[in-house]
Amino acid sequence: MSAYDGLPGDWELVVGLEVHVELATATKLFSGSPNRFGDEPNTNIDPVTLGLPGALPVLNEHAVELAMRVGAALNCTIQGCTFHRKNYFYPDMPKAYQITQYDQPLNVDGYLDLPNGVRVGIERAHMEEDAGKSTHVGGSGGRVHGATSSLIDLNRAGVPLVEIVSRPDIRSADDARAYVSELRSILVAIGASDAKMEEGSMRVDANVSVHKPGTPFGTRCEIKNVNSVRSVGRAIEYEARRQIDLIESGDTVVQQTRHWDEGDGRTHTLRSKEDADDYRYFLEPDLVPLVPSPEWIRRVHDALPMLPAARRTRLAAATGQPAGSEAVTAVVERGQDEYVLAVAAAGGDVARALVHVKEAFAESPDVPASDLAALTLLETGGKLTATQAKAVLAELVANGGGDAAAIAAAKGFEAIDTGALEGFVDEAIAADPDAWAKFCAGDGKAMGALVGLVMKASRGKADGKLVTALLQQKRG
Amino acid sequence: MTVRAADVAAAVRAGTTTATELLEQHLATIAQREPEIHAFNLVMTDHAREAAAAVDAKVAAGIDPGPLAGVTVALKDNMCTRGVPTTCSSKILDGWKPPYDATIVTTLRDAGAVVIGKTNLDEFAMGSSTENSAFGPTRNPHDTSRVPGGSSGGSAASVAAGFAHLALGSDTGGSIRQPAALCGVVGVKPTYGYVSRYGLVAFASSLDQIGPFTNSVADAALLLDVIGGHDERDSTSIPQVHPSLTDAITQGVEGLRVGRITDLPEGADPDVQERLEAAFAALRDAGATIVDVQVPAFTFGLTAYYLIAPAEASSNLARYDGVRYGLRVEAADTNAMYGVTRAAGFGDEVKRRIMLGTYALSAGYYDAYYGKALKVRRLIHDDFERAYQHADVLLTPTSPTVAFPFGDKGDNPFAMYLCDTYTIPTNLAGHPGMSVPFGTGAHALPVGVQVLAGTLQEPVMFRVAAALERAMQ
Repeated sequence: MSAYDGLPGDWELVVGLEVHVELATATKLFSGSPNRFGDEPNTNIDPVTLGLPGALPVLNEHAVELAMRVGAALNCTIQGCTFHRKNYFYPDMPKAYQITQYDQPLNVDGYLDLPNGVRVGIERAHMEEDAGKSTHVGGSGGRVHGATSSLIDLNRAGVPLVEIVSRPDIRSADDARAYVSELRSILVAIGASDAKMEEGSMRVDANVSVHKPGTPFGTRCEIKNVNSVRSVGRAIEYEARRQIDLIESGDTVVQQTRHWDEGDGRTHTLRSKEDADDYRYFLEPDLVPLVPSPEWIRRVHDALPMLPAARRTRLAAATGQPAGSEAVTAVVERGQDEYVLAVAAAGGDVARALVHVKEAFAESPDVPASDLAALTLLETGGKLTATQAKAVLAELVANGGGDAAAIAAAKGFEAIDTGALEGFVDEAIAADPDAWAKFCAGDGKAMGALVGLVMKASRGKADGKLVTALLQQKRG
Repeated sequence: MTVRAADVAAAVRAGTTTATELLEQHLATIAQREPEIHAFNLVMTDHAREAAAAVDAKVAAGIDPGPLAGVTVALKDNMCTRGVPTTCSSKILDGWKPPYDATIVTTLRDAGAVVIGKTNLDEFAMGSSTENSAFGPTRNPHDTSRVPGGSSGGSAASVAAGFAHLALGSDTGGSIRQPAALCGVVGVKPTYGYVSRYGLVAFASSLDQIGPFTNSVADAALLLDVIGGHDERDSTSIPQVHPSLTDAITQGVEGLRVGRITDLPEGADPDVQERLEAAFAALRDAGATIVDVQVPAFTFGLTAYYLIAPAEASSNLARYDGVRYGLRVEAADTNAMYGVTRAAGFGDEVKRRIMLGTYALSAGYYDAYYGKALKVRRLIHDDFERAYQHADVLLTPTSPTVAFPFGDKGDNPFAMYLCDTYTIPTNLAGHPGMSVPFGTGAHALPVGVQVLAGTLQEPVMFRVAAALERAMQ
């Protein structure tokens, strides 16, 4: 149980998430302009992006392929679909309508299994175009209110998005965070998106309500501006408590869109249901229906790589660790599991490899698997202590590989054979008989003193685990 | 005897005349009569002279400039021309010069044609008289006290007045065929998707289609042969190669079945009705069979159209917000700027249709209006398809009346909408239709007869049009 799960009384949290993901295409959804983050403002534009009179959209086939991949990875039915216009005025929306999917989306009825076994239904995962970006100048905190001018960058306008809408199946803030993390891993694994929340290529809106189990769902509020996995949990937690406080003090929850403020840790009213735009959806007449052939759908399914859940199971089985362990989760999320298995295939010790990769490789490993395999064998063969191995690994990482044994030798990490080690242990017992007596009486702390003496005598070359084992052996 | 575009191009290609010489003749005619007619928003004198010189240079260098070598073409001013103002006859696009050419402009240039100017229209192609132009009306060359029809009135008048060999217009509910009829020229609305819409400023995207105005059926066939075909930049353009219409019109109409719609909405003037009967008789004489067919949903076309077209227009015209291009009237904040800019930039008819369309799409009204109109559209399509099982083409009046005097329907939008009774259903069905001049009616003004056909049945439609033309010679 985490701190997030504790709602007061017998209130239950009900959350559905809407996640917008920018697809990793070379060009935009309906034009040939580059889909690239961080370029000089208003350079990735063309008549279609600018919404110039007479310009027409042409659907990007690669975007469709990636969107289908998302659907396949989320166990959705991929179906024939149409595009609609969602009409509203905003300066960074050049056509004054967004081309999106409405009543016939590409992907429907899927699910995502969280690492803890909870299954979250996916209602739909549809395609749409992104808007441009407005920067408000002169107001407080970049908000439009009080601004003296607004700058518009249309580089993002027309970037392909998939909006993944979950069913309201999430019951805790922890599960909401797990959903976002898992979804992110999947999207990265299938190459659909880089899914970077900090760059806005993955954006999360949370629909939050509370109720008592066995009663109908409560009125929901939509929380926007949730920009990190951590904020997902915080925002939901805050919002749930806000709603419970309202209800318990005799008030009612009003359906609203609310803005999460990372600074004060609160949600604030953005607009209520009555102010909601009437988007006047209608079929986009400039596009024809998109009907992927059964062959295309099959190809997408066949080409799908192994997904994170299956990769965790595989790595767990290979390393003997639980699938939900921190090391397995982290290594799979970073996409380094193939590497760990390659170390094993090169004859290395897979459990040690997992630890090293998790600890030492923040980015993708560029040490040849065979080099790391050699290092793990020196460890398991008793030739290097864990501490020494770490030092050798640091060298390997710095040099992009190398001969572990040679590095160890250069560092003077020659092996201490068991006979010599026993000598050091006996010396330590003789040197501190008091500690030995306490250790024999069951005082764990006393062992530390003895191990310390051995380390000192061996100038740090002794393997701490081996020393402990020898001491326990001698105690009988 | 009218000059054929094909003969003009042949003469230029053979070097017996030059594009420059032909252009100067047209410019002289324009100088003489344009002040009276006002067909053009812009005569592109310099651009056209450069284009003509380029054609002549090619001929001199032994390079074939193409099938429209030296042929002058007037473009409705809702087709984008790179670096040349494209106004849609609206103040809202004030000062805007497109940074790109419409696909048809590129195609025309590649075929050796010389674009001579941008023609006047009802603002954003909304109207049937070209009176709704922010730059003043165009006058009918046959009687300058009367309208040329609309919305492509400038293009129709430019061909009728001899300002250009050919012209292009756009037809959303009759905007090519009706002015063609009123100006006594040939006007064609091809099958939806026959000609690329890329670069045509949208009015109602699911109905808009570009087509020719010409002095002869052969010219229309030639022009459509050049501009027709798939364009990867227009997803709704039909992905296939169209058969040659120039070839098709060499065939007669023997054995063809020409349909008379027995439940056609009434309202055509007697002089127009009389010319329609003469057309049936002429086709019978040419060997066609006249058959009776029914298109029950025809009569609902007007109502369905005035929900669907404004709905799409309300969305298409929302981009004119003063933010990026065209007119901007400054105001305290963005929302206020939108309001005052659009209030100042759009004319009454455009505002009327934006409001109508916005309402038709609104939550709570969608099903009753827009949704129902879509169902009617389907009905119309299906009724036509059934009729085409019994007839190869259908014959109707193009316009219920001959050209009417200015201001005649000015205070009554609905009376104006009735001008398009016979043309609108074709757009809703996505089918082709064309107007062929067939003599004169009241006040010795031209009357057009409309030939309708099924999807991609342009070849048979053109055969019938050619037979009507021959009957008049």
